[in-house]
Amino acid sequence: MYEHLETAKNQENLKRVVVDPVSRVEGHGKVTLLLDADNKVQQARLHIVEFRGFERFIQGRPYWELPVLVQRLCGICPVSHHLAAAKAIDQLVGVDPENLPVSADKLRRLLHFGQVLQSHALHFFHLSSPDLLFGFESDISKRSIIAVLAAYPDLGLQGVKLRKYGQEVIRMVSGKRIHGTSAIPGGVNKSLTKAERDYLLEDIDQMIAWSSASVTLIKKVHCSNLPYYDDFATIRTNYLGLTKPDGGLELYHGGLRAKNAEGETIMDHVDYGQYNDYIHEEVRSWTYMKFPYLLSMGKENGWYRVGPLARINNCDSINTPLAEAARVDFKAHSKEAMVHSTLAFHWARLIEILHCAESIKLLLNDPDIMGHDLVTQGEKRFEGVGVIEAPRGTLFHHYQVDENDIVTKANLIVSTTSNNMAMNESVRQVAAEYLSGRELTEPLLNNLEVAIRAYDPCLSCATHAMGKMPLQLELIDVEGKLIDKLVKHSSGHIERLAND
Amino acid sequence: MSNSITIDGKPIPFSEGQTIMEAATAAGVYIPHLCHHPEYTPHGSCKLCNVKVNGRICSACTYPAMDGQDILNNTQELTDDRQKITQMLFVEGNHFCPSCEKTGNCQLQAVAYHLNMLDDHFPLFYPTRAVDASHEALMIDHNRCIFCTLCVRASQQKDHKDVFAISGRGLNKHLIVNAQSGLLKDTDISMNDQAAHICPTGAILIKHTAYQVPIGERLYDHKQIDQVSLASETLKHDK
Repeated sequence: MYEHLETAKNQENLKRVVVDPVSRVEGHGKVTLLLDADNKVQQARLHIVEFRGFERFIQGRPYWELPVLVQRLCGICPVSHHLAAAKAIDQLVGVDPENLPVSADKLRRLLHFGQVLQSHALHFFHLSSPDLLFGFESDISKRSIIAVLAAYPDLGLQGVKLRKYGQEVIRMVSGKRIHGTSAIPGGVNKSLTKAERDYLLEDIDQMIAWSSASVTLIKKVHCSNLPYYDDFATIRTNYLGLTKPDGGLELYHGGLRAKNAEGETIMDHVDYGQYNDYIHEEVRSWTYMKFPYLLSMGKENGWYRVGPLARINNCDSINTPLAEAARVDFKAHSKEAMVHSTLAFHWARLIEILHCAESIKLLLNDPDIMGHDLVTQGEKRFEGVGVIEAPRGTLFHHYQVDENDIVTKANLIVSTTSNNMAMNESVRQVAAEYLSGRELTEPLLNNLEVAIRAYDPCLSCATHAMGKMPLQLELIDVEGKLIDKLVKHSSGHIERLAND
Repeated sequence: MSNSITIDGKPIPFSEGQTIMEAATAAGVYIPHLCHHPEYTPHGSCKLCNVKVNGRICSACTYPAMDGQDILNNTQELTDDRQKITQMLFVEGNHFCPSCEKTGNCQLQAVAYHLNMLDDHFPLFYPTRAVDASHEALMIDHNRCIFCTLCVRASQQKDHKDVFAISGRGLNKHLIVNAQSGLLKDTDISMNDQAAHICPTGAILIKHTAYQVPIGERLYDHKQIDQVSLASETLKHDK
């Protein structure tokens, strides 16, 4: 579609524009544009400039450290890494998912629903709602949760409290809001007490109501400017995710399903332990992030999207009533076809928030979460694969250990990696359709960030500094001379530094 | 002879043959320490229990209590010194509390909290140290060894074996095991040995037990090390 913009044919005489870092996303990335004399975009790339190295430095460590060590990849979705690693090391102690004690399975699911709820709430309310409520090219002073709290205090506060509730679920199960311990090989280390259960039950109906209202809100926002929302950064892609055996939405454990842009099934109910037979990764020189693709479709056509939009597109149903009704409504909007609008990620994400809130209520009312049969064990194995639907999409953890229980090999395919090609394609689409030929300004460049932000990328799987990220935009001519430079300071103040 | 010393101005009785540490512990006065354990011969190597006895620095765990001693323990100067010593222990090994399975149950971490250690202060050495996971039930993570010799003493004095020793000098100092292969699996240590459970950090570990105690129920989750230490060591000193 816009692949021709990945690498400009002739890079001489092109101006380079850099958005570094991309703000209101997790981690550190930058966008570079190469423009010709008429400001037409000739090349657009999203670069991930951090190198983390977790796969290397966990080698030599005992496997039971993995869920606690690897979750430090991220401050936003550590639970996802914790549980993906836990699912992998369950296998190292001979425990397959179906053999996990019932209470342990439900407590892990509760933990995960809390995690997805808080992560989605953070992304929608804190990071993306300013763009959606005030406009993509609105004044920069408005593009923060603080402005949302000032203009829409009830809505802003609901977002903050929804996130807090998800974090409280995490704290009750794992001991801490961030980087707790819960999953251990073959189970979990504690169940909920009645007091902890009752504490969480107190507010759950309110959370469901607010989640439901957020779905109504995003539908209204999306439909109020339909052609724009359906077109902006939109790309036709394949979609990958886990589903239940009956094809229903699944976040914790299921088989891999992939559909193409027409909605035809590429693969279904695939055992994720065999992921290597279906998914490969390509490396490109200009970014630290790899490009995964479906082996059966090849490098050119096999790239795919993961995350809320992929999951809602892929699943046949949702097993909680309000979220299912929202899904049916969402699909009616596209007349049952696959939804390719990148901004529909937000809509799908909020359907999932509702599903999480409903699921948390069901689990809190299930006595198994207060059970005492929490750990089991089987025959030792030397390899384990754990896959989970993290907030941002399908997350793969794969480990090998030696006879002394030491990790010898690790492979992680983090959700955002799977969206790498799609994010680049969306950036190129926005660059070509919305920026090309125009004089670049800071608000205009925010369009690029809006496209990236829709994917809720976790660029380093690390925390980000909300509203603190400085941004520098340089316009350099063919002789390398600085023509124009805009700097956004941490305070939000924008300064034009050079124009001579 | 009244058999009395003062610690920070408070009169403390002692019985003949007691060290300052023993007299203080019996009287409910905490003196920070890592290499000291009431059941083993004092070693005096970690220097955290340094106190000022009549103006002179001494290790409380080795120095005998004597009538009329005027001892300073809980002073800013000594706390600052102890904090520096603890910081040095942290930087010369690889102590990554966030993912360490001993976190919440670790004496080194608890002492650091007690001394209000907020950073490493000194540049980290990042030494290259090995993990010996050869034993079926036990593991040595040399990254976390602070050379307190408690495992050495426990193995000799309690288990009546000779599994551990400290070898080398200065920066080359390291824990060794009594086997030609140099591997724990070839020693006669067993999981029930005192030496397997005595490590104040996460250097000697029982395999397959990590993170089983939830956050909130770990040793130092609700109590500081002075409370835990006095509660557990008073009885042992009395023995």
